[in-house]
Amino acid sequence: MAAGVAAWLPFARAAAIGWMPVANCPMPLAPADKNKRQDELIILNVSGRRFQTWRTTLERYPDTLLGSTEKEFFFNEDTKEYFFDRDPEVFRCVLNFYRTGKLHYPRYECISAYDDELAFYGILPEIIGDCCYEEYKDRKRENAERLMDDNDSENNQESMPSLSFRQTMWRAFENPHTSTLALVFYYVTGFFIAVSVITNVVETVPCGTVPGSKELPCGERYSVAFFCLDTACVMIFTVEYLLRLFAAPSRYRFIRSVMSIIDVVAIMPYYIGLVMTNNEDVSGAFVTLRVFRVFRIFKFSRHSQGLRILGYTLKSCASELGFLLFSLTMAIIIFATVMFYAEKGSSASKFTSIPASFWYTIVTMTTLGYGDMVPKTIAGKIFGSICSLSGVLVIALPVPVIVSNFSRIYHQNQRADKRRAQKKARLARIRVAKTGSSNAYLHSKRNGLLNEALELTGTPEEEQMGKTTSLIESQHHHLLHCLEKTTGLSYLVDDPLLSVRTSTIKNHEFIDEQMFEQNCMESSMQNYPSTRSPSLSSHPSLTTTCCSRRSKKTTHLPNSNLPATRLRSMQELSTIHIQGSEQPSLTTSRSSLNLKADDGLRPNCKTSQITTAIISIPTPPALTPEGESRPAPASPGPNTNIPSIASNVVKVSAL
Amino acid sequence: MRGQGRKESLSDSRDLDGSYDQLTGHPPGPTKKALKQRFLKLLPCCGPQALPSVSENSVEDEFELSTACHRPEGLEQLQEQTKFTRKELQVLYRGFKNECPSGIVNEENFKQIYSQFFPQGDSSTYAAFLFNAFDTNHDGSVSFEDFVAGLSVILRGTVDDRLNWAFNLYDLNKDGCITKEEMLDIMKSIYDMMGKYTYPALREEAPREHVESFFQKMDRNKDGVVTIEEFIESCQKDENIMRSMQLFDNVI
Repeated sequence: MAAGVAAWLPFARAAAIGWMPVANCPMPLAPADKNKRQDELIILNVSGRRFQTWRTTLERYPDTLLGSTEKEFFFNEDTKEYFFDRDPEVFRCVLNFYRTGKLHYPRYECISAYDDELAFYGILPEIIGDCCYEEYKDRKRENAERLMDDNDSENNQESMPSLSFRQTMWRAFENPHTSTLALVFYYVTGFFIAVSVITNVVETVPCGTVPGSKELPCGERYSVAFFCLDTACVMIFTVEYLLRLFAAPSRYRFIRSVMSIIDVVAIMPYYIGLVMTNNEDVSGAFVTLRVFRVFRIFKFSRHSQGLRILGYTLKSCASELGFLLFSLTMAIIIFATVMFYAEKGSSASKFTSIPASFWYTIVTMTTLGYGDMVPKTIAGKIFGSICSLSGVLVIALPVPVIVSNFSRIYHQNQRADKRRAQKKARLARIRVAKTGSSNAYLHSKRNGLLNEALELTGTPEEEQMGKTTSLIESQHHHLLHCLEKTTGLSYLVDDPLLSVRTSTIKNHEFIDEQMFEQNCMESSMQNYPSTRSPSLSSHPSLTTTCCSRRSKKTTHLPNSNLPATRLRSMQELSTIHIQGSEQPSLTTSRSSLNLKADDGLRPNCKTSQITTAIISIPTPPALTPEGESRPAPASPGPNTNIPSIASNVVKVSAL
Repeated sequence: MRGQGRKESLSDSRDLDGSYDQLTGHPPGPTKKALKQRFLKLLPCCGPQALPSVSENSVEDEFELSTACHRPEGLEQLQEQTKFTRKELQVLYRGFKNECPSGIVNEENFKQIYSQFFPQGDSSTYAAFLFNAFDTNHDGSVSFEDFVAGLSVILRGTVDDRLNWAFNLYDLNKDGCITKEEMLDIMKSIYDMMGKYTYPALREEAPREHVESFFQKMDRNKDGVVTIEEFIESCQKDENIMRSMQLFDNVI
C-alpha cells in the first residue's frame, strides 16, 4: 500500500457503509485502537541536522528501521530525540520516501554510499521510483564492473606458486607481461606476422623483367626466396598454434575460439599446397586458397587492443549493423526497380535488368558515383537524384549509434588500464599508512611493558617513556597482546604482505614469544622472559636512523643470572638503536621510534636499573646495556653479548 | 521520447494503423471534452476553476488541473459544519492533501486511491458509486469539504443519518427509490471487489440472488422498488444491520 494512501484508510473503512445493509451475516468486530494517542511530531537528529515529521508518517512502512521499534535503540533520553550518526544528505531522500512513498536516487551521491545508507535504514533499493531507477541501475552496474575489474587484475597479479607448467605457459600466452620469455615470444610472433603479410603483398608486385619474357611479379621471380620465407613464417605459426593448443585449459573451447580458427585458416593453405602436386585441375582452387593467407593479418588482434575493441564493438552493435544493412537493401531494391523502369525506354541503356541496376543504386547511394552507369531519361535523372539524396540519410542514421558504442567501450578500456596503473601507486601508499599503524602497536607494546616495569618499581619518571595512547589504542593493543600470548607468537612488523623490505619506514622485530615462554618457565618469571631468542630474519636494509640493521643472533639459554641482561629483549624493545659506534644502549631502542638516540640514554639506565630491581640481580653493572657506558659485566654472558651487539645488528625478534 | 513512457510503446505498430497518437498516447484528434474546454476558455467569464469537469485526456487539461488549486474553507467553518474535532480535521486534511495536492479529487484519482485497498479485485465500479455519493453537487470533483462532510455523516452521524447516506449511495439516479437494476449494479460492484480467486468460487447468479433476498427483506409493499422509508424501517428492524452501523463509531 502506498504511503499516502495509508492516511485514507479511515475513508475506506467509512465507505464500507455501503455493504452493511446488504450483508446477510453480522460483521466482525472492529480492532480496538488501544493507545489512541494523538499524532505527534518526532525529531530525528541526523548528525546535527534536525528533521521533524509525524510519527504516523514513519509508521507507514513498519518493516524499515524508522517505522519499527528499532528506532527506539537510537532514542536519546536527554534530548528526547532520535539521534542517527549518519549522512544527513542521504537521510533527506530516505525521509522523503516516507513522506511521498517514492524513493529517489540523487545523482550526485556515490552509489555505494547510498546503498549503505539504504541498507542501514532497512529500505530495499528496488522501490526506487521509475524516475531514478534507471540511473541507479546504470551506476550500480558500472560500479560492479569496476570492482570486478579490480578484483580480476588483483587475482591475476597474485603470485600463484602452485601453477603447473601448462598453466604458466597459458598465462604467458594470454598476458605477455608476466615474464620476459613471454614478451620475447610475443614480439617474435608479431614480427613474423608482419613479415608474412608483407611477403604476401610484395609477392605480387611486378619485379622487373627477365630477359626474354614479360614482366614477372616478384613472387615468381624469386620464388625460392619467398617460399623459404613463407615456410619460416608458417613454421613459427604452427609451433605457436600447437603450443597454445597444448597449454589451453580447455582444448575444446580453444579450438572453437575465433583466434584459433584464424590461426588454422592462416596456415592451412601452405600445407595444402605442400600436399598437392602441380596438378592443373586443382591449382585453380589452390590459388583461391592462397587468398586465405591474408587472414594472417587478423592475428595482429592478439597484439593490438584497439583491434580487439573494434571487433567487440562490431559484435555488440550487431543489431544496428543489421538494421543498416536491412534498410540499405530495402532502399537499393526500391531504387533499382524504379531506375530500371524509368530507363527502360531509352535505347542503349545500361540498365538491362533490375540486378544490373543494383550496382548503379549502390554506387549512387554511397555517393561514389563512378559514372559507368548513368541515367539518360529525365525521369531516370530525377529518380537518380532522389536516390543519392536518400542514400546519405539512410547511411548517416545508424552510424552514430555504432560510433557511440565504440567510444563507450574504448573509454571503458582506457579507464580500466588507467585504474590498473594507478592501483600500484595507491596500494603502495596504503601500505605505508598501514605500517605506520602497526608501528604504533609495537611502540605501545614496548611502552606498555616499560610502564608495567616502571610501576613495579614505582619509579616516578615515566613521562619519558610513554607516548600517551588513547583508550581505544590501548585496548586494541591489549587485544593484540592477548592474541600473542594465546598463540605463543608475537608480531613481526616486517610483514611480507606489507613488503616492508622495500619500505623505508620501519624495521623492527620482536622477540619470538615462544622463546620467551620457554624462558619464562625456566626463569620462573611470568612476564619477563630472559633470553634473547634468535631473530628470524635479517634485514638487509638499514633504513632510517631509528632503525638498525639486525642480524641473526644466537640464542642465549636462559640463565637466572642473566635475565636482566635480557630484559631489553624481554621487553621486546626491538628498536635497538645503534648509531655509529657509540651507541651505548640497547634501551635507546625502547624509546619511541621518533626519539633520537641520545634521548634514550636516560631511559636506558632506568630500565637497566629496573631490570635489576625486578630480577633482583645484584649487579647493576651487569645489566647495563652494552656500550661504553657499561661497566665490566658481571657475567660472561653479557660480555659475549657486547661485542656481538656492538658489532652486529641486534636482531631482536621476529614473528 | 514521450511515447515510450506510456503503456503503448513503439513495440507495436498500432500507431501506423491510426489507433493512437505516438506522442500523447491518446487517440489522435481532439476529444469532445478538450474541444469544449478550449471553447470555454475563450469565454471571459469562465476561469480555470469553474471548469466543470477535468478530462483525463490531453496534456493541456492536466496543466489546468494542477493550476486549479482548490483550497477549503477555514478550519473553524469546517468544524462547525462537521462533527470532527480540530485535530481530526488536521489529520484528515494532511492525508487528503498528500494524495491530491491540487485540493480536489477527480473520479480517476478516487478510483485509483480506493483500488489500493483492494488489490485483488476490481473496485472501480464501487468507487465510482462512492464518488457520486460524495460528490454532492455533482460537479465531477470531490473537494475537501465534500469529503469531510460525507465522512462526518458516516463516522459521526446518527444511525439514521448513516442509513440515509447509504440509501443515497444505492440510489444511483437519485430519484428517491432503489430499483432492482440499481441494486444489481451495486451488488455486482461489491462482488467485483472480491476478485476472481475466492472460496467458494463466485457464481454468476450470486449477485442476483443476493438482490432478491435484499428486496424480500426491504420491499414492504412489494412494488419492486425500495423507498427511503421502507429502507430505514427495514434496517431498523434488522439486528445485524443496526449492530454493524455501530462499527463506524471508532474509525477515526
